[in-house]
Amino acid sequence: MTAEARGIVAIIEPADGPAGALTAEVLGVARRLGNDLNEPVTAVVLGETVAEVGPLWEFGADKVIRVVHPLLAEFNLDAALGALEPLIRRENPNVVLMAHTFQGRALGPALAFRLQTGVATDCVDLRPGAGGGSLVLTRSILGGNFRAEVVIDTRPQIVTLRPKAFPPAEPTPGRTGTVEEFRPEPDPVRVRQEVRRRIQEAAAEGVRLEDARIVVAGGRGLGGPENWHLVEELASALGAAVGASRAVTDAGWVPTSLQIGLTGKTISPDLYIAVGISGAVQHMAGVSAAKTIVAINKDPDATIFRYARFGVVGDAKQILPALTREIKKALGKA
Amino acid sequence: MNIVVCIKYVPDWEAPASQFRIEDSRLVPAPGIAYRISDTDDEAIEAALQLKEKHGGRVTAISLGPASARDGLKHALAMGCDQAVLLDDPAFEDSDAAGTAAVLAAAIRKLGDVDLILTGRQAADWDQGQVHAGIAEFLGLPAVIPARHIEWTGSEFIVHRIYEEGYEEIAVKPPCVVACSNEIAEPRYPTLRGIMAASRAQIPVWTAADLGIDPGRVGRAGRRTRVLRLYAPQVEAKCEFIEGENPEEIAAKLVQRLREEKLL
Ligand SMILES: Cc1cc2nc3c(=O)[nH]c(=O)nc-3n(C[C@H](O)[C@H](O)[C@H](O)COP(=O)(O)OP(=O)(O)OC[C@H]3O[C@@H](n4cnc5c(N)ncnc54)[C@H](O)[C@@H]3O)c2cc1C
Ligand SMILES: Nc1ncnc2c1ncn2[C@@H]1O[C@H](COP(=O)(O)O)[C@@H](O)[C@H]1O
Repeated sequence: MTAEARGIVAIIEPADGPAGALTAEVLGVARRLGNDLNEPVTAVVLGETVAEVGPLWEFGADKVIRVVHPLLAEFNLDAALGALEPLIRRENPNVVLMAHTFQGRALGPALAFRLQTGVATDCVDLRPGAGGGSLVLTRSILGGNFRAEVVIDTRPQIVTLRPKAFPPAEPTPGRTGTVEEFRPEPDPVRVRQEVRRRIQEAAAEGVRLEDARIVVAGGRGLGGPENWHLVEELASALGAAVGASRAVTDAGWVPTSLQIGLTGKTISPDLYIAVGISGAVQHMAGVSAAKTIVAINKDPDATIFRYARFGVVGDAKQILPALTREIKKALGKA
Repeated sequence: MNIVVCIKYVPDWEAPASQFRIEDSRLVPAPGIAYRISDTDDEAIEAALQLKEKHGGRVTAISLGPASARDGLKHALAMGCDQAVLLDDPAFEDSDAAGTAAVLAAAIRKLGDVDLILTGRQAADWDQGQVHAGIAEFLGLPAVIPARHIEWTGSEFIVHRIYEEGYEEIAVKPPCVVACSNEIAEPRYPTLRGIMAASRAQIPVWTAADLGIDPGRVGRAGRRTRVLRLYAPQVEAKCEFIEGENPEEIAAKLVQRLREEKLL
């Protein structure tokens, strides 16, 4: 693709819905870039699930393209590539944005290679390049110990955005745009994988970890799965969601869907209580949007205290029950 | 079943940031720093060995890197891989993910007769998570990213792909690329016998010429992305430690401070 590449395409995550938080973040970035570069913003929705386009216009899309195909009812990498390749070639955009979710992690790089262009994954910041040149994209590397500013020399510039790292678009009520349908014909021969079953492990009810205002998370310092109830009891007293470090999900104490961090979920609670978590950069990458961090750790030199607003040096097995009692008292649940 | 595992040999990512220096747009580890097989690449080796133990076949480890990456390949052999190949050529230096994937794909093509290509989900140095997708696209194969379980039914792989709320069971026919997540397997320690055998093993080096790669497509010349600048973000510590005679007192003080800050 050549120098005339123009426009910002934002790929919307169907599961997030038309007015979802990720949609607002990705369209927020797209709209700002559209304004800065004076280029149109197109929201691309895979599958028919997002029936309502109004919120996409209100978040800043000038055009919405609904990509309709039975295989796109749920995310299937091969089908998504087969559908998006011809669409992106036709649109010939300058930039393609999507959230760095599990869909974006697979789709962003694969789409880039399919289109023979470059991609920057898990970006935490971006700005237009000088003189309308390539975007300057900030990524975190070595778990988060360093930052790299990178540019993509080919077009489109494909970028996956770290959730919660960008301010969401403010909706402009009544703003409208155009909508069209794209009916691709993915080559069935190239759809070589089939999603047989989805197994939901995260609790279907209650607040989602990603949306929770308070999160209590446990790490290896809890000592074993037999002590996990201490984390759950504190969370339930607070009405908080429960999360975990990778050491804990890896050991199988709790499902992977609870993992917070670079390769897990990004959260943005007002209050994050980390118990028996050392504060490795890869874990902290998932909580950089947390407003206040409380750390409970028996090692006074644990890295987590560098990020924490409040710290307690002590044994989680003793502190947690006392804290749960105090919280219940304070919130009148005793 | 013939499996290729792609491993990257990287500086110890658990070393403190102070052990790295920024030089131009490169991250230079301090002289004494250890190198290791990247996070999740060793899990990928273990997953490959377990599949081989169940279904027979061969496991080949490949790595693109300087001569020092040979030590990573020796570790892979010591764990039980059947053969290893080092991909090294001055033309490969400064490759981005596209160049790296092009070289790895060419090496996999040269190995021939491969049913499964395993990688880690993202290399622990640059945290990109791209090369697996590149290998798949260069070879025209399907990819599953990232996986926490693989099994072979005799006609297809069933791969458990992680997503936010749990996992998906994906059926995919060989040959295919699977990017492994840490949950997939607990890497074994090499046995003494394995270490001895690995130390005697020959590790061939394949160059751009051996792979029929146009040097203009890889290394600096073939880059689609460039690094402009590296820097270390600052965290300023401002922790208020809550102390007390016993857990009850500490808990009460903490709750009081959280209330004062209107967090409860
Ligand atoms: C590419 C990559 C991606 C990664 N992605 C993630 C990710 O998404 N999320 C993630 O969490 N990690 C991730 N990691 C792993 C990360 O580097 C750490 O290994 C992990 O976060 C450590 O988990 P932990 O803090 O529970 O365990 P540890 O580091 O073992 O820390 C346990 C802590 O508990 C404390 N402790 C021990 N006993 C007690 C007690 N009785 N009471 C109180 N405290 C106690 C100890 O002092 C210690 O600080 C990733 C790593 C890599 C390389
Ligand atoms: N130089 C390399 N040699 C062999 N395998 C690599 C190399 N770079 C990346 N990989 C593989 O690709 C995976 C993803 O890497 P990356 O895209 O760099 O995050 C890694 O976990 C490795 O399995």
